[in-house]
Amino acid sequence: MKSKFWAALAVCFFASATAGQLFAEEAAVAAAPAQAPQPNQFNSGDIAWMLTSSALVLMMTAPGLALFYGGLVRKKNILGVMMQCITLMGVMSVIWALYGYSLCFGDSVGGMGLIGDFKYAFLNGVSPYWDGQQSIHPALNASIPRSVHMIFQMMFFIITPALICGAFAERMKFSSMLLFSVLWGTFVYCPVAHWVWSDNGWCSEFNPKAVYKAYDFAGGTVVHITSGISALVCALLLGKRLGYGQEPMPPHNLTYTYIGATMLWFGWFGFNGGSAGAADLRAANAFVTTHMAAAAGTIAWAFLEWVVRGKPSILGACSGAVAGLVCVTPASGSATPMSGIILGLCAGAVCFYACTTIKNKFGYDDSLDAFGVHGVGGTLGALLTGVFATRAVIPAVPGVVTEPCGLLEGNANQVVAQAVGAGAAMLLAIVGTVIILKIVDAVLGLRVNQAGELQGLDINQHGEEGYIFY
Amino acid sequence: MKKVEAVIRHYKLEEVKNALTQAGIQGMTVTEVRGFGRQRGHKETYRGAEYTVDFLPKVKLEVVVGEAEVAKAIKTISDVARTGQIGDGKIFITSLEDVVRIRTGETGPEAI
Repeated sequence: MKSKFWAALAVCFFASATAGQLFAEEAAVAAAPAQAPQPNQFNSGDIAWMLTSSALVLMMTAPGLALFYGGLVRKKNILGVMMQCITLMGVMSVIWALYGYSLCFGDSVGGMGLIGDFKYAFLNGVSPYWDGQQSIHPALNASIPRSVHMIFQMMFFIITPALICGAFAERMKFSSMLLFSVLWGTFVYCPVAHWVWSDNGWCSEFNPKAVYKAYDFAGGTVVHITSGISALVCALLLGKRLGYGQEPMPPHNLTYTYIGATMLWFGWFGFNGGSAGAADLRAANAFVTTHMAAAAGTIAWAFLEWVVRGKPSILGACSGAVAGLVCVTPASGSATPMSGIILGLCAGAVCFYACTTIKNKFGYDDSLDAFGVHGVGGTLGALLTGVFATRAVIPAVPGVVTEPCGLLEGNANQVVAQAVGAGAAMLLAIVGTVIILKIVDAVLGLRVNQAGELQGLDINQHGEEGYIFY
Repeated sequence: MKKVEAVIRHYKLEEVKNALTQAGIQGMTVTEVRGFGRQRGHKETYRGAEYTVDFLPKVKLEVVVGEAEVAKAIKTISDVARTGQIGDGKIFITSLEDVVRIRTGETGPEAI
């Protein structure tokens, strides 16, 4: 039964992959007489920047998020966090190559803009191949090969489920986390990325036929809303950590958290700057706007704490920086640096309120505030992008976009489009996460047992200790 | 023989050690400890979650002295470790039954 299923799946992949290849060759033949483009001619500057950006985004998960989250848990769970990060780097990467990239960036199934087909499965039409006379590196466009686009996007596929880990930290079984992440990446991330980023997604700014063109430059909706909202669902369905609210659970090492947060800030230059897909003017603006928002977010959260609680804290400054970065993510490709400052200030203030007041009021145990920072900051960013988007920034080539973009330029519809895109992503995140968690619960169970949770995930799940002192 | 255990502030350790050595008291054992007396702890806040931290870090210093040196040891420690503020620590003195020097097998006051 099981082997038949896998065989059928493999046949499907193979058939669609081969078909894709045939069509690609036909298209190449048809285009040949008009103007024979030289194969493998790309822009080395664009490739250099995109590869650098890809490495920067990976750095956000590998040391960045692992240290940021790792410092916030109790010391018996630090390896649990780090293991989640590095395993997701392994598993999500392989899935992305097998079928994830294709589901996101393949042609829409049925032309509905909901999910991609298996055109690029197994990196068909992505990795270099031998055409009989020469090696061909398939192109994304005139400036970069598709393999570069694929590896850059892969890093987003890794970090997004890793962000959710902050919500169920210190209590979820490792095996369940893995199964959850694979299903979640496939059935929540891939569709939303296709909606928002592919040429034929139903709410993509790149789809000329889309009614609602939601601007999501670097993943405010695709990465932060989906992960943040799913994080809240996870926190609610998994329940609180043992002893939550009764015994102290302070972060065990804020120096790690500090290092992690600053690495996130640094890596975000690739996350947002690379989302231009080229080393162009839009990338330059995204870089600057991103930095300004992080700076403003840091100030907002830390100073608010100072006023409200009497002392500005390291954790507050770090959280504010991340909140600012989350909020500016969708806007960085369409807002100016001065707007970035406003976005950062708003994010710092709103996320501060979400993490310190709303969470306590409702009593859910979002261990490391994945919802409070990414869900809330991402939603705020998606909406504010509709306000601050300006045609001064959007066209890399001046003159391409001439209509008013955001609310400030008089286009109120953009805010509606942003809300539609964000709302749809939230809906799928909620429904998808609930269903996936129910399935994982039925198959493996969600939480480690009580004794294991008290012992800590490091020893219970991995048989190791983070700190051994003699 | 007496064992003198002093719980003192971290930053006073070096001064106390030097003063004891100068007073002719040889050897000591130091441990990082946490605890509270009348001082009690302080509040810490992490993203709005407030915790009261009662166990404050201190250093515990142990010296073993002959009867003749007990008063000198106590005076030295309390003079040097005192700041006059709450949280200076405490000194505990107990009678000691025996001491053994492992290398030679000597016991009693000679082994100190």
